[in-house]
Amino acid sequence: MFHLIWLVPLLPLIGFAVLTFTQGRLIRPAVAWVGAGSVGLSAAVALWIGANFILHPPAGHAYTLTVWHWISVAGFRPTVGFYLDNLAVIMMLVVTFVGFLIHLYSTEYMAEDSGYSRFFAYMNLFVASMLTLVLADNLLLLYLGWEGVGLCSYLLVGFWYRDPANGEAARKAFVVTRVGDVALTIGLLLLYTHLGTLHIQPLMHRAAEQWPVGSSLATAAAFLVLGGAVGKSAQLPLQTWLPDAMAGPTPVSALIHAATMVTAGVYLIARTHVLFALAPDAQLAVAAVGAATLLLAGFSALTQRDIKRVLAYSTISQIGYMFLALGVGAWAAAIFHLMIHAFFKALLFLASGVVIHALDDEHDIFKMGGLRRELPSAFWPFLLGGMALSAVPFISAGFYSKDLIILDAWSSSAGSPWLWAAAWIGALMTSLYTFRLIFIAFFGEAKTRVRKRPGVRMMVPLVTLSVLSVIGGCLELPAYMGNAPLFTNFLHTVLPSVHALAASRTETVLELLSGVASLGGIYLAYLLFLRYPEWLRGFARQPWGAALHRFWAGDWAMDWLYDRVLVRPYHWFARVNRSDAIDSVYRGLAVVSEAIHGGLSDTQTGVMRWYALTMVVGSVIVLSISVFL
Amino acid sequence: MNATFYVASIVAVLTTMLVITRTHVVHALLYLVVSLLALALVFYTLGAPFAAALEVIVYAGAIVVLFVFVVMMLNLGSQSAHRERRWMTPATWLGPGLFSAVLLGELIYSLYVGLPGREGVNVVPSRLVGMTLFGPYVLAVELASMLLLAGLVGAYHLGRREHLQH
Amino acid sequence: MPVANVALNQALLLAAVLFTLGLLGLLVRRNVIMMLVSLEIMLNAAGLAFVVAGSRWQQADGQIMFILILSLAAAEVAVGLALALQFYHRFHTLDADAASELRG
Repeated sequence: MFHLIWLVPLLPLIGFAVLTFTQGRLIRPAVAWVGAGSVGLSAAVALWIGANFILHPPAGHAYTLTVWHWISVAGFRPTVGFYLDNLAVIMMLVVTFVGFLIHLYSTEYMAEDSGYSRFFAYMNLFVASMLTLVLADNLLLLYLGWEGVGLCSYLLVGFWYRDPANGEAARKAFVVTRVGDVALTIGLLLLYTHLGTLHIQPLMHRAAEQWPVGSSLATAAAFLVLGGAVGKSAQLPLQTWLPDAMAGPTPVSALIHAATMVTAGVYLIARTHVLFALAPDAQLAVAAVGAATLLLAGFSALTQRDIKRVLAYSTISQIGYMFLALGVGAWAAAIFHLMIHAFFKALLFLASGVVIHALDDEHDIFKMGGLRRELPSAFWPFLLGGMALSAVPFISAGFYSKDLIILDAWSSSAGSPWLWAAAWIGALMTSLYTFRLIFIAFFGEAKTRVRKRPGVRMMVPLVTLSVLSVIGGCLELPAYMGNAPLFTNFLHTVLPSVHALAASRTETVLELLSGVASLGGIYLAYLLFLRYPEWLRGFARQPWGAALHRFWAGDWAMDWLYDRVLVRPYHWFARVNRSDAIDSVYRGLAVVSEAIHGGLSDTQTGVMRWYALTMVVGSVIVLSISVFL
Repeated sequence: MNATFYVASIVAVLTTMLVITRTHVVHALLYLVVSLLALALVFYTLGAPFAAALEVIVYAGAIVVLFVFVVMMLNLGSQSAHRERRWMTPATWLGPGLFSAVLLGELIYSLYVGLPGREGVNVVPSRLVGMTLFGPYVLAVELASMLLLAGLVGAYHLGRREHLQH
Repeated sequence: MPVANVALNQALLLAAVLFTLGLLGLLVRRNVIMMLVSLEIMLNAAGLAFVVAGSRWQQADGQIMFILILSLAAAEVAVGLALALQFYHRFHTLDADAASELRG
C-alpha cells in the first residue's frame, strides 16, 4: 500500500486544479468541500500509509517510489520520485494533519471574503508543494517543492492585493527568500558537479565516501544549503520578511509561517545531516545562527503591539531553537520541537484569528483587554498554546521538546555553555513576551466589544490542537520521567542520536534551571504587565528607554540597515539608469539604421539626371574593379 | 583612306561636343546631323558601306527629323535658349565631367593595355550582310519589326492629347 | 573597295570618346529633348563599336547588330518623343528636374 504515496501530494494538487479551472463559479459549500476535502482526503491516506509504515515497516525502513523520469540529459537523470522513511512519515503527517485542521478553520474564517475560491486554490497548491518537498527523493524535486511554497507564500501574503502594502509585504517575502534560494541553487550545482547525483540517499553515501571531514567542498556545500535554509526559515540575516508577512490572512500565517513552510529549512538540514556532519564549521554556524536568532527575535517580540507580529517573532525565535538543536547534533530533538511547535503555534495563530475576527479586524493588543471573560473560546486555547510555547513544566508539550534542546545544547559534544546560556535566556524571554501578550490582551478591562463568536468549524481545530499541545510531549519522556524516548527511537533509523556527555546529576540541575526560566518568566510578566505596569511606563519615558524600545521593535534595526545598504542604492541606480545603458545599445542600433535609412532616402531625389549619375558612378567602380584587380 | 578616317572622326567628335553644349535646341540638332554624316563616312572607311548608308538614311534622315518635328511642335525658340543658358552653369559640368573623364580613362586603359594585338580592318560586303540577315538572323528581323510596331502604337497612344481632362 | 589601314584600338577609341560625350550630355542637360539626343549619341557610339568588331572578324554579324540597334533607336525615339510631349502637357515645362515626385 506504500505505492499509494503519490496520492498524498496529488490530491491537494487536484483540488487546486479544480478550483483554478472553475474560477470562482462554484458555490461556497462546493468550494469548501473541494478545498478542505482534498487536504482531508490526503490526510486520511497519509494516516493510513503512516500507520502501515509504523506497524509493518518495509525493508531497511525506507521505501522509494519512482513515478517517472523527469529529465534525461547527458547523464543527468533526476526523477519524480517519492521517498518514505521515518522522517518523511512524520513530516507528511504533520503537514497533512495540521493543514487539514487549518483548512477546516478557514472555511468559516474566510466565509465572507470575495476571494474564497482563490484562497483555497492557493492553499491547496501550497499543501501539494509542501508535500512534494517533504516526500521528494532527490534534491531537484525538493527544490521544485521549495519554489512552489515560496510562490504560494507570495500569493497568499498578498492575498488582499488591492492594498498596495500587502503587495509590498508579499514582494519582500519573496525577494528575501530568493536570496536564500540562490544560495541553495549554487549548493545543488556544487553537489551535482562533484558527486554526480542529486538523489538524496546516494548523494549522502557518496559525500561520506569521497569527502573527508572538514574538507572545503563539504563546508562550502553545507554553507550554501544553510543559506537556503536561513532564507526560507527566516533566520538571521534573512529574517526581516516574516513579521511583514503577517499582512496575509490569519490561516495563511498559521499554515505557512508557523507550521510548515518556515520549517522547510529545518527539514532540509535534517535530510542532509550527513553533509553537515562532514563540515563541523558549517554545523557550528547553524548553531550560532540559531542561538543569535532566538535571542534577537525574543527581544523584538517583547516590544510589538500587533498580536500577529508577536507570534511572528515568536516563530522566528522557536525556529532558532530548532537550528540550535541541529547545530549541536540533536537532530531528533529538532524534529520533535518542529512537530510540537507546529501544533502550538498553529493553535496560537488560529486563536488569535478568533480574536481578530471577533473584534472586527483589530490587531493592536493595547486596544484589546478583558477577553478572558468576553471570549473564553479564544482564551483557553490561547492559554494552552502559550503555556506550550513557554514550556511550562510537565503540563505542556513544549516543555518536553524545548527542554530537550536546552539540555542538548549543554551536554552535546558539539554544544557549549554559551549556547546553553543563550537558550536559557531565550526561554526566559519566551515566557516573558508570551504572557505579556496574554496579560495585556486577555486580562484587565475590555476596551473593544466582541462582535462575532466562532462557530463549530473554527472550534474543532482549536480543541484538537489544544489537546495535542498538552499531551504531545508523551512521545518523548525524558530519563527521570519513565525514560521513554519513543520519538528519538523512531527517528533512529534516519537521524543519528546526539553524543551526550553530561552525567545524570547535571541533567537534573539543568532541568530545574529550565523550569525556573519558564515559570520565572511568567511571574516576571505578571509583575511587569499586570501588577505594576507603571514601572515600565516610567522606563519607557526615559530617552534611552524609548530608544531601546524603538530599536527592539524595529527588529534590531535590520530593516533600517537593509533599506540603507541595499534598497536605497538599488533605487538610486535604477533612477540613474532610467534610460537604460544596455538598452541604449539596442536603441543605438535603431538610431544608426534610421540614420542610414535617412541617408539612403536622400539619394532618392526623383531627379533623373541624378540617377544617371549614380549609374555612371557605379559603372566606374565596377569597371575599375574588373580592369585593375 | 587613313586620312579620311582621321579627319572624319575628328569632325564627329568636335560636332558632338558642340551638340551637347548648344543652348538653342535646333542648333544642337543641326550639329547632330553633321556628326552623324561624319560617322557615316567613318563607317565607309572601315569597310561597312551598308552601315554607312543606313546611318545616313535612318539616323540622320528619320530620327533627327523626328526630333526637329517635335521641337517645332513645342515651339522651343529663343526663350528656351535663354533658359538653357541659365541651367548650364560651369558648376553643373564639374561632377559629371569628372566622372565621365574617369570612365573615359578606364575605357582607354582597357583598350590599350587589355587588347593584345593591333588587328586590322577588313571589308564586309553588303551582299554578305543581306545573306546573313535573311539567313540565320531572320528571326531577329521579325522581332525588330514587332518592336517597331510596338513603338508605333505606343507613340500614337502616348502622343494623343486628351481634350476632356485639362 | 578601298579600306583604311587603321588599328582596331583607334576605331574603338573613337567609339569610347563618342559614348563618353553622349553620357556627359545626358548628365548635364536638363531639357528632356536634349537628354534624348544624348541617348541617341550613345546608341550610335555602341553601334560603331559593333561594326568595328564585325569588321575585324570579317563577319556580317557586326553590321547586323548595328541594324538592330538602329531599329531599336528608331522605336525608342518615337516613344520617347511622345512621352516628352505628354511631359510638356503635364508640367508645362521641359525641365526634367520638374518630374521629381518619386522622391524617397
